[in-house]
Amino acid sequence: MKIVVAYIQPQRLQAVKKELFLRQVYKISVSNAVGCGQQKGYTETYRGTISEVNLRPKMRLEIAVNDNFVAPTIEAIITGARTGKIGDGKIFVTNLEECIRIRTGETGSEAIG
Amino acid sequence: MATKDMNLKGTTHVNIRKTRQMRATARYLSIAAALLLASVGVQGSESATSSTSPATVVQETQATGSATENNAAVADADAAIGLANKTTGSEVSELVREVAHNRISINIVWTLLAGFLVMFMQAGFALIETGMCRAKNAAHVMAMNFLIYPLGMLGFWICGFAIMFGGYGSNPSPIGWQPPLGHSLALLNSEHGIHLGGKFFGLCGGTGFFLNPAVFSTAVFCFFLFQMVFMDTAATIPTGAMSERWRFKNFILYGFWIGMLPYALFGNWVWGGGWLARLGENFGLGHGHVDFAGSSVVHLCGGMIALVGACVLGPRYGKYAPDGSPRPIPGHNVVYVILGTFILAFGWFGFNSGSSLSGTEHRIAIVAVNTMLASAAATFASCLVLYWKIGRPEPSLLCNGMLAGLVAITAPCAFVTPAAAIVIGAVAGTIVIMSVLLFDTKFRIDDPVGAISVHAVNGAWGALSVGLFANGSFGAGWNGVHKLFKDGVVQTLFNDGTVATIAKYKALLAAGWHDEGITGAFGKLFGAHFNDWSQLGAQLTGTLTCIIFVGTFALLWFKLSKLIVPMRPNVEEELQGLDIPEMGAEAYPDYQLTDKSSPL
Repeated sequence: MKIVVAYIQPQRLQAVKKELFLRQVYKISVSNAVGCGQQKGYTETYRGTISEVNLRPKMRLEIAVNDNFVAPTIEAIITGARTGKIGDGKIFVTNLEECIRIRTGETGSEAIG
Repeated sequence: MATKDMNLKGTTHVNIRKTRQMRATARYLSIAAALLLASVGVQGSESATSSTSPATVVQETQATGSATENNAAVADADAAIGLANKTTGSEVSELVREVAHNRISINIVWTLLAGFLVMFMQAGFALIETGMCRAKNAAHVMAMNFLIYPLGMLGFWICGFAIMFGGYGSNPSPIGWQPPLGHSLALLNSEHGIHLGGKFFGLCGGTGFFLNPAVFSTAVFCFFLFQMVFMDTAATIPTGAMSERWRFKNFILYGFWIGMLPYALFGNWVWGGGWLARLGENFGLGHGHVDFAGSSVVHLCGGMIALVGACVLGPRYGKYAPDGSPRPIPGHNVVYVILGTFILAFGWFGFNSGSSLSGTEHRIAIVAVNTMLASAAATFASCLVLYWKIGRPEPSLLCNGMLAGLVAITAPCAFVTPAAAIVIGAVAGTIVIMSVLLFDTKFRIDDPVGAISVHAVNGAWGALSVGLFANGSFGAGWNGVHKLFKDGVVQTLFNDGTVATIAKYKALLAAGWHDEGITGAFGKLFGAHFNDWSQLGAQLTGTLTCIIFVGTFALLWFKLSKLIVPMRPNVEEELQGLDIPEMGAEAYPDYQLTDKSSPL
């Protein structure tokens, strides 16, 4: 069991979702996030004053998957989110120790699937 | 007509009815002709303030029992009745009363409706100011804009109105002028001031405290409502410039004194018959300081308090970096800002057109058109300047641009041509943007909403623009000064109310002299007969007086009020947002703060 955490451009979310569904990954959670990476922010003016905005809006995806779904999930995110420009985002994959479905009390792979 | 028709209904014979109707029609025609004759005799020229009607005099003097200031007008009215009596018999007085009553009714309805529009501007100010502030202060800014309405009103009721307009009825006025809201305005009859070298300098009015029974009349109450909402407009300007860092208790003190003293005093000098209105009478400066709807009285006054208040409070925490460079603190809702601007632009039709106090004064159409043209020119000019200076037309600054145009056209709206209105607006839209940048970066005075640039800077520009562009087509005899023109010669006649002056005035008109309205230094460019630089002198005097007097008064008051209640919340409260520490309720409980809302 792994958990895949990805930060993507907000405007790529629809494309990523579509790719995930094509690969039968249906269970995701999405949240708004702000952050900065290689883009190092951007400048913005307000009433004539210029400001450096470091934290840009991003989407954070969390997807818990069984081991055989890790590769398709990563492939789907990359296919949907890549534009080739700085700011496309990152994917982190970590081991997942346990997973419990609250309604039924199922654990492990069954709970994820 | 209605009463006549009803009488006729009892008659059954068709022929008799027809004959009677014809006879009645003939009667009305002759009465109308008689009235017209008399009114021409009084007015003398088209450009005189057209509230003149002998009929008005008849009705109102009978109703209030108080003699008018202007003996000549009464005499003219008597003559009109005499004339009418000769031709038509006794029904005429009833008709005259009816006509006069209708005229006053129309004026009162118009003034009240315009006042309701101006009251709605409070909503516009609230939205603009809140939209340009951060979400964590939204409830606080909204509450200030809300509470200023009752606070200011109570202050104005206690003594503001009495100080400002207690002497309104004894103003110097044009020959033959009648108060459009009715003669009971003459109940406001005591102006206090000093006599120096035979000249009278009015300083403050002295009747109408708490709207006491001595001034209980429809005219005075209608006037109170209209002037009250104007005062509240001035009062709500500083809440914008001082927002996000002002203790609510200190603000409450401010809410009372603004309507009671500085606004009322300066207003008295300009509108209540005080010394600025008498600059023409005393020093030959044009028609005295002229401000149709309040560029100086309302906006410059409010703007100066905003400027001083923002200086005394200091900038918001984090607004300026240690090296002094300004940091942007974006407002939280541009949608509010634009909606609020539209509400203000709508209310401004009442603000400017309503200032005629007369729905029977047809000049209101010109006033309304000039108002909208200036606002359009200002918005477009500010858009161009924004592209030039910043690269993109920031919406909140575009809104400042439109408001700047509206503020600037407020004083000259009745006196200028559309071309001049466009010029005034375009200049306003340009200087407001430069001024916002200047205050932010050079003077380092933190003004979250641009109130200083919009109201103080453009209020001054508007007041001065009367002295530049007025073209003499309106305002003849304002403040009692008649400028008569013939063949390149100008002579000034002051209405001191004596029969001799009025006879001389009539003789001059009969000899072909033309009674000129307010004329500016460049009036000729816009169709005036001559250029009047002295009017610019009067405007300059009034503007400088407002800046110095209101500025000093506000500085002293804020310093004093600091000793009563602290003016500024502590740093932690300010960073947290004033909604909880000051108001006890958040505007948006679910709102999440980001790094944009608290620059450090």
